[in-house]
Amino acid sequence: MDLIRQQSAPVYEALEAFKRKRVVPFDVPGHKRGRGNPELVQLLGEKCVSLDVNSMKPLDNLGHPISVIKEAEELTADAFGAAHAFLMVNGTTSAVQSMILSVCKAGDKIILPRNIHKSVINAMVLCGAIPVYAEAKVNTGIGIAMGVSLDEMERAMDENPDAVAVFINNPTYYGVCSNLKAITELAHERGMRVLVDEAHGTHLYFGTGLPISAMAAGADLAAVSMHKSGGSLTQSSILLCGPDFDSEYVRQIINLTQTTSASYLLISSLDISRRNLALRGKESFAKVSRMAEYARNEINAIGGYYAYGAELIDGDSVYDFDVTKLSVYTRGIGLTGIEIYDLLRDEYDIQIEFGDIGNILAYISIGDRIQDIERLVGALEDIKRNYQKEDADQFCGDFIKPEVVLSPQEAFYSVKESLDLDDTEGKICGELVMCYPPGIPILTPGERIDRDIINYIKYAKEKGCSLQGTLDPLVEKISVIK
Amino acid sequence: MDRPMDIWFSQLDTDNVKTSIRVDKQLYSGESDYQRIDVFQSKEFGKMIVLDGEVIFSEADEFIYNEMVVHVPMAVHPNVKDVLIIGGGDGGVARTCIEYQEIEHIDVVEPDEMFINVSKEFFPETAKGFDDPRVQIHNMDGLRFLRRCVDKYDLIINDSTDPFGHTEGLFTKEFYGSCYKALHDDGIMVYQHGSPFYDEDEAAFRAMHRKVYKSFPISRVYQASIPTCPAGYWMFGFASKKYHPLIDFNPVRWKARNIKTWYYTTNLHQGAFMLPRYVEDLLEEEENRK
Repeated sequence: MDLIRQQSAPVYEALEAFKRKRVVPFDVPGHKRGRGNPELVQLLGEKCVSLDVNSMKPLDNLGHPISVIKEAEELTADAFGAAHAFLMVNGTTSAVQSMILSVCKAGDKIILPRNIHKSVINAMVLCGAIPVYAEAKVNTGIGIAMGVSLDEMERAMDENPDAVAVFINNPTYYGVCSNLKAITELAHERGMRVLVDEAHGTHLYFGTGLPISAMAAGADLAAVSMHKSGGSLTQSSILLCGPDFDSEYVRQIINLTQTTSASYLLISSLDISRRNLALRGKESFAKVSRMAEYARNEINAIGGYYAYGAELIDGDSVYDFDVTKLSVYTRGIGLTGIEIYDLLRDEYDIQIEFGDIGNILAYISIGDRIQDIERLVGALEDIKRNYQKEDADQFCGDFIKPEVVLSPQEAFYSVKESLDLDDTEGKICGELVMCYPPGIPILTPGERIDRDIINYIKYAKEKGCSLQGTLDPLVEKISVIK
Repeated sequence: MDRPMDIWFSQLDTDNVKTSIRVDKQLYSGESDYQRIDVFQSKEFGKMIVLDGEVIFSEADEFIYNEMVVHVPMAVHPNVKDVLIIGGGDGGVARTCIEYQEIEHIDVVEPDEMFINVSKEFFPETAKGFDDPRVQIHNMDGLRFLRRCVDKYDLIINDSTDPFGHTEGLFTKEFYGSCYKALHDDGIMVYQHGSPFYDEDEAAFRAMHRKVYKSFPISRVYQASIPTCPAGYWMFGFASKKYHPLIDFNPVRWKARNIKTWYYTTNLHQGAFMLPRYVEDLLEEEENRK
């Protein structure tokens, strides 16, 4: 990384220069630097709306960058150790989808774990790829899916030598990493591409003592949520490209679905955040790691809770653990993660990232202060004191290996009927069913529904999970193939 | 030259109301890990310590505050031995506590060491409360300190004033819950309840009462008139597991101690709990909320 070059932020600087010129706008957006929408200015501030401008020569064009955006993308690639980087304005969802559309055509197989984000399934609906699931072991003690072991990956590759790619989370929402480097080498030996979802892994490129990043492991493409640990605005993201991939083709794929009116607020936030990460990321993430470690120790000292960390590492399905993540198993005090998530918000004015059946995840970032950590720990202790209960039920879910009958695309576009959940046993599912967050599917289009899955959905609903994805907003009915 | 300098310190009570005090000179300005700390010399209020732009302590009116948070619970609880003061970096509350011979131990938990040092330098009279052998200072976050305390104190005084600054955590349900746990079965907690007068302070005032009311079986509010507080009007909370601030109040016992005061009297003790209608209404609305 060239630290001298990293001090510049070309898009940001071009916007500043443009603002000073006081150009009279006879182009979109129609609010004309906010003058046409005073309430918006009141809400967002004059500076913010004045930067909401259209693509033009001095500001470049995201769809076909030749000047300042091109430069910003080169700086981003340099900062992340990639051959090429794309600034993305439609979320990491679009970065994930662009990865899949870049390597899969209709009928192509892709090997992936089941704890993937729904955007992966949706990309397969778009392109007609066929999922082959590698089993991500569930740690039944805490009820979350771990990484995929190298053996399991090798088995899946051997059984599906015609697969075109493998897809890996690095890390998972909870911080678990698979052996990415070895998986990448195995895949490349077989001519398969390696796609990595780093929605929760921006910091891996800058911190020390953290798991290996996709680009360092030699992966082909990686989707990186800059707006999560990277500090840019919500919905901004980046897509990274390794040296052996045709980046111009990736650009074409991105342009299939990307807006032609890209927001400069998002683009400039990526530019500034990249500079910040390159110059100060190392210290920032060291601080985040320290805060998370402190919180883990304090939470574990309360008793009943289990804030897990690097001790989960087993060299296999937990090859590495991202210590900036603060995930806590809560069933030890007899409460589900969702119950604690709700209590923290309603009774303690604390909003955490999510609660699932057995765990909560509190997102620690460069914006946190130690006194806020004290509040979180204090609240967890107070919850234990006031709400702890005896609960023999420690069920947290187990890996349910899906039977893929149709490709997600075929299933999605088939003629469907809506049936009561209980009547769907044995049917082929026509839509996505998931808990949100974390947004990991329970059922995807094309899978056979069995009794275990029906029971799991009922259990999740009973425990207060927010189920989404179905046509029926209450998830009492499910669309199945007729 | 007898014409004073025209330097004014202004404290914004709301966006549209400010209290201004002419400053003779600025004695200190520094930035700690937690807050900006300033010390001013003024005519009417003497030396003042200002944290993040708000007067925390002035020589002229500190006695009101310190007497009200210490004498009120001490005239109710029959046997206070262990006291915890959260915040209290200026030492005023500790100094008032040490006048009671029966108090055996006082823990002062103030995370900001710089605040304590500045207080010692500029307010040695007040900070001498820290020199008493019964007083132990802990430079630690209040919530963190409390997490390790169970059934330990007779009296907890929360001396932090600002529910929005770095002491935000000391105005939360988790804080009040931790205090409850740290107190003996007959313990009392006294805390800053802010000022209910301006609309923008009202929400915090209501939220505080709602949280404490849910956490303690007895929760009453009392008042004092303090010139450097917003609207000159300040409230305190009295939360208790067993003793009622008026029913269990024992003026004879308190008077027997012969403690010299400038604000507190046993008559005023009872009057302080008699609140204006609008304050009573605010409190009752929160008590009746589900």
